[in-house]
Formats: sequence, C-alpha cells, structure tokens
Amino acid sequence: MSCFVSKYADELAKNAAYIGTPGKGILAADESTGTIGKRLSSINVENVEENRRALRELLFTTPGALQYLSGVILFEETLYQKTASGKPFVDVLKEGGVLPGIKVDKGTVELNGTNGETFTQGLDGLAQRCQKYYEAGARFAKWRAVLKIGPNEPSELAILENANGLAMYAAICQQCGLVPIVEPEILVDGPHDIKKCAEVTERVLAACYKALNDHHVMLEGTLLKPNMVTPGSDSPKVAPEVIAEYTVRALQRTVPAAVPAIVFLSGGQSEEEATINLNAMNKLQTKKPWSLSFSFGRALQQSTLKAWAGKEENWKKAQDALFVRCKANSEATLGTYKGDAKLGEGAGESLHVKDYKY
Amino acid sequence: MSAFVGKYAEELIKNAKYIATPGKGILAADESTGTIGKRLSSISVENIESNRQALRELLFTTPNALSCLSGVILFEETLYQKTSDGKPFVQVLEENNVIPGIKVDKGTVEIAGTNGETTTQGFDSLGARCQQYYKAGARFAKWRAVLKIGPNEPSELSIQQNAQGLARYAIICQENGLVPIVEPEVLTDGPHDIQKCAAVTETVLAAVYKALNEHHVLLEGTLLKPNMVTPGSDSPKVAPEVIAQYTVTALRRTVPPAVPGIVFLSGGQSEEEATLNLDAMNKLEVLKPWTLSFSFGRALQQSTLKTWGGKKENVAKAQEAFLSRCKANSEATLGKYGGGSAGGLASESLFVKGYKY
Repeated sequence: MSCFVSKYADELAKNAAYIGTPGKGILAADESTGTIGKRLSSINVENVEENRRALRELLFTTPGALQYLSGVILFEETLYQKTASGKPFVDVLKEGGVLPGIKVDKGTVELNGTNGETFTQGLDGLAQRCQKYYEAGARFAKWRAVLKIGPNEPSELAILENANGLAMYAAICQQCGLVPIVEPEILVDGPHDIKKCAEVTERVLAACYKALNDHHVMLEGTLLKPNMVTPGSDSPKVAPEVIAEYTVRALQRTVPAAVPAIVFLSGGQSEEEATINLNAMNKLQTKKPWSLSFSFGRALQQSTLKAWAGKEENWKKAQDALFVRCKANSEATLGTYKGDAKLGEGAGESLHVKDYKY
Repeated sequence: MSAFVGKYAEELIKNAKYIATPGKGILAADESTGTIGKRLSSISVENIESNRQALRELLFTTPNALSCLSGVILFEETLYQKTSDGKPFVQVLEENNVIPGIKVDKGTVEIAGTNGETTTQGFDSLGARCQQYYKAGARFAKWRAVLKIGPNEPSELSIQQNAQGLARYAIICQENGLVPIVEPEVLTDGPHDIQKCAAVTETVLAAVYKALNEHHVLLEGTLLKPNMVTPGSDSPKVAPEVIAQYTVTALRRTVPPAVPGIVFLSGGQSEEEATLNLDAMNKLEVLKPWTLSFSFGRALQQSTLKTWGGKKENVAKAQEAFLSRCKANSEATLGKYGGGSAGGLASESLFVKGYKY
C-alpha cells in the first residue's frame, strides 16, 4: 500500500469506523485551560481545576447522553481527572461505549510575511506524548489547523504548511495507535459568499488529502473534521438545504471514500443552526460514502453551561440541557431531526466570535 | 466553486453519468493508423483505409452489441468515416444511444534525463481541435498518460508532468463540451508484486486528482480510466478476487465520489482475464461511490479480429465473437458474469512488453 501499515492498522480502522456509527457523534470537550476560562468567566465561575473538573463531570455523567456519543475529545488535564467519587473520566466514558480522545496540538502561531495566517505547532515529542495518551486510554486524537478567507487568503503557503502539519501529525498518531481527526478549519469570518467558501474549502481539502497520501497515512483509520460550507459571518444567511448542498458537494469532490466518517465542527453556529444543518446534509439524496456526524464543542455545551452557571442546584437542569442537544444531534446524523428539541436558553444564540482563538 | 463551470457544465455531467450507466461500457476503437496497422498485419490484412473502415463497420454494426456500450472511442480518421451504405459511423452510434468519443493525444515522448519515462503530447491547438470534434458529433475525449514501475520509477518528475498534462487536457476538453477521460496508465511491465503496483497506483492517482483540483476541472464531468492493480508481468498471477480487493482499495483511497464512473483499461490482459477481474470488482461487497466498468480495446476485439481475418465471409462469425465479449463485460459491470464465454482465443494473453500505441 502507499500507506505505511502500522501495527495498529486493524484497531485504527475499527475505531474510526465506530466513531462514525450512525446515530452517534463526538463531544468536543477539549478546551484548553485558557479557553475554558473564557467559558467559565461568561457564567461567573472561577477558572480553577475543581470547577473545570466539575463541569466535565456534569457533562460525562449526564444520564442517557453517552449513548448518543461515540467519542469525547479531552484536554490533557481532563484525561487524568476523576469524578467526585473517584472514578477516572476515561473509565466513565469507556463504560458508556464512548472512546476517549485527546487534543494534541499546541495552538497556532503566525506565519511570517502573511496577513495574519497561522500554522499549528505541537510536533515536537508528539510520538512520545501519543504513546502516553494511548496508555492512559485515549484512542483518537485531534489537531486543529486554521485558515482564513480574505482577498489574498488562504495563501498557497498557509495551505501547504497546514496540510503538511496535519499529515505529519496524522502519520505519527497512527504509529502510536491513535486515530487522527484531521481538522482543517476555514474560519467563517468575512463578507464572502457561500460560493467563495466552497471554492476555498475544496482547495484546502484537496491539499490535505494530497499531503495525507504523501505521508502514507491510512485513510481508513482517520476522520475528517471540516467546517460546513456557509456564507461568511458578514454575509446574509442561507437555508440549511443550501448549506447542505454546497457542503456535501465540496466533500464529494475531495474526500476519498476510504475515510469512514466526517464529523463537522460547529464554528460560530448556534446549537440549533448546527443541528439543523447537519440534519439537512443527512437528508440530502446524493452519494455519501462516509457518514456525516458532529464534533461539537460550543454547539453542544452552550445551553448546558448557562443552565449550570456553576451552581450545584442547577446540576440536573444543566444535564437535561446537554441531553437534549445530544439527542437532537444524534437524530440529525440520521436525518430525522424535526427541530422540536426543547430549546434551552441560548440554543438559538449565535456562538460566533470574530477571529476566534482557542 | 473551485471547479470551472462553463457553458457545457450540465451537458458534461449528463454525458459522463450516461457513460457510467451500469450494464454498459466503452469500446476503445481509437487505435492510431500505425497501431491498427500492427493489428491488421497480425491477421495478414493490408493497412489501407478501406480495411480500417471495414473493421470498424464490422464492430459498430454487430447486431445487439451497441446496447452493451455507452461509448466508443474513435481515432480522428474514423470520426469522419461511413458504413458501406454511406451512413456516418457517428450516426450509427448515436442512433443506438452510444456516445462517440475521440482520442486527442498525439502519443508519448521521452522525458530527457529519466530512465525511459514519458510525457504525452497533443496540446497544440487542442481547444480548436476539440471544437471541431464536438461539431462532428464527439462528446467525450481520451488522453493516455503512461507511467512505469522500476527501481526509481515512476519519478516525481514523471508523476508531476503526466498529472499536470492530464489536468490541462481535461480542462480544455470541458471548455469545449467534451467529457475528458483521464487515463494515467501504470504499465504492468516488471517483476514487482501487487503491493508495489498498489502503492504506485495510489501515489499516481493522488497526484492526478490534486492536479485536476488545481486546474478547476469539474469532476462530475469526467471519467477515470486507470489500470487495474495487478502483479507485474514477470510476477506470478493472483486470483481475480485479490486483484479486485487491491484495485478497489486503491480507488477508494484516491478517487473522489464526485467522479461518476471508472472505466478500466485492459493493459495486456486476455479478454477473459479482464472480464473476470472486472466482475470480481463488482461483486466485492464494499462501498463504491462510482460505477466500475470497462474501456477495452484489445480485450474486446482480439477474438473478433482473429475470427474475421479480413474476409467478408467471416464477418458474421466475427460479429458473434464481438457480441459475446460485449455481453460478458456488460454482465461483469453488474457482477453477474457467469464465466465460460472464453473460447481459446479469449484466454490468450495480450501482453506486449513495453507496449507502444
């Protein structure tokens, strides 16, 4: 094969396929300490380890939620945390049939000579870290590359650097038994229309898959986490069916069938928007050789966060809110979501933050 | 879109999809004058225009054969030829729902500094030529790029040159209303095993699709004509199921779902081998977002040619042989081939070392 056959090949393919199980998706709970701090401060909660731990316990122990999830992405600190009664989060997830995942990138740095474009760091010692994470129970990893749309962006340099970074990361993960989620996020910021987003998305994805091939990555043991194809944030909105059509077409033109599943990021979309768009894609009658699911952070947690507000007495209310979003998105992966999810406060709220930084 | 959506976009998509109809495939009858000369001389027939015309008439008027075909690739001379009653070949095909296609490349030339690797020529006035062919009734085109496997081959230079060439040819075709068949043939010559062929095929196809993306080619309006993934010609043969597994895996890893159909070349395979392998692929229980069909030259015509021998009195029998191969391959595209349409002739290897068109 042109791919390097790692000793973990069968396991990688099995786990990647499992994550793509129809009816399930990923909860992205891998906010770094800095980022989760912003979330917590928005509900007036102090950014200390105990609060970070409590929030994640709230999420992972929500009754009935885990059945709608095939994976949860964790930040390194969380990988080693436990419930209040002392059970490791990793065990909670495994018992619930959910694969633990781990964010392995170390954020973005600006590319010299560009107009604010970035590349992602984290390759140093990555193999050793991945081995440690595998021992701790992680079975997939995530690395976020970021590109933006502008008059001269994304530049060829940014595309190449980010595609190459993703491919190197992916190859290393596979050597260590972790399914790499390949995330080339094209930011929604800007006044461009949906056609422009489609064009850029297709160009970026083509570069990614060329790089993955160059680096001998086994596609059957990977997942893709792309942006949906939408108008820019400063452009008028369009119907979910239009987003679905442009998104799926972009994927048909670039993502080989060997990739078992595509798990969308939610970007700045509100909880409800993200679900409805995913649902529209799964209703679309066209060739889709990969399953289409979710890997949502803000779009799964926003209402939950607001409902909790850091207070013990709100625990159940907050868990109910998470359950509602998990179930809604599960239905969306099957194209059966009717938009009747009991809207929590904030479910319709845009989560777009200009020039969003993790 | 990153794809160029010109005035022919809908038509290209419609035609590409039609060519990819399950149960149908392509007859590659585009042998250049020189190449058809070799075929004719193998049955002791003189290489003159009337004989070339007679052979093609024999093929295109075979009763019931055209219903197994969605397209026929023609050489330029043939595009303008007629039956002995004066009916243009193009019309014969169109009346039977077969789309005429045209070979537009002008053969290969060596790339200096490589070990016999080649690039394909044919860009001069390609756009204008495509327009002419469109006017004459052609609706798809074909361009053959060739790569070989060796200790240091295919080189990055050869891969890039051929991928870029295919992409440039493809976009020019689409600008002029012709569906481009993209053919990156990795030759079977060599002692390498099937894994090596798979690795090279995947690398080549990945480069081809990257180039097509760069050149804004509309994938929904293209077809792919690849080699099957097999052991090298000097290596022991393997079962059709193995060929099917490696081939389909390679395609799943590289060919975007937007491509409507994949029409295999037969390389040096015998008629029966090619059919059995195609059938095995279509029987494979794995998700295939494009149809898998044939674009065979030798593997459709070999028995027919020998049976004909250039003699009028053999035409009917030769046509039977041709129909038999067409039907067999049509069934193979549906995974329904039962085998046994192999006469002795059908099992003959058609491998020629260092084969040149």
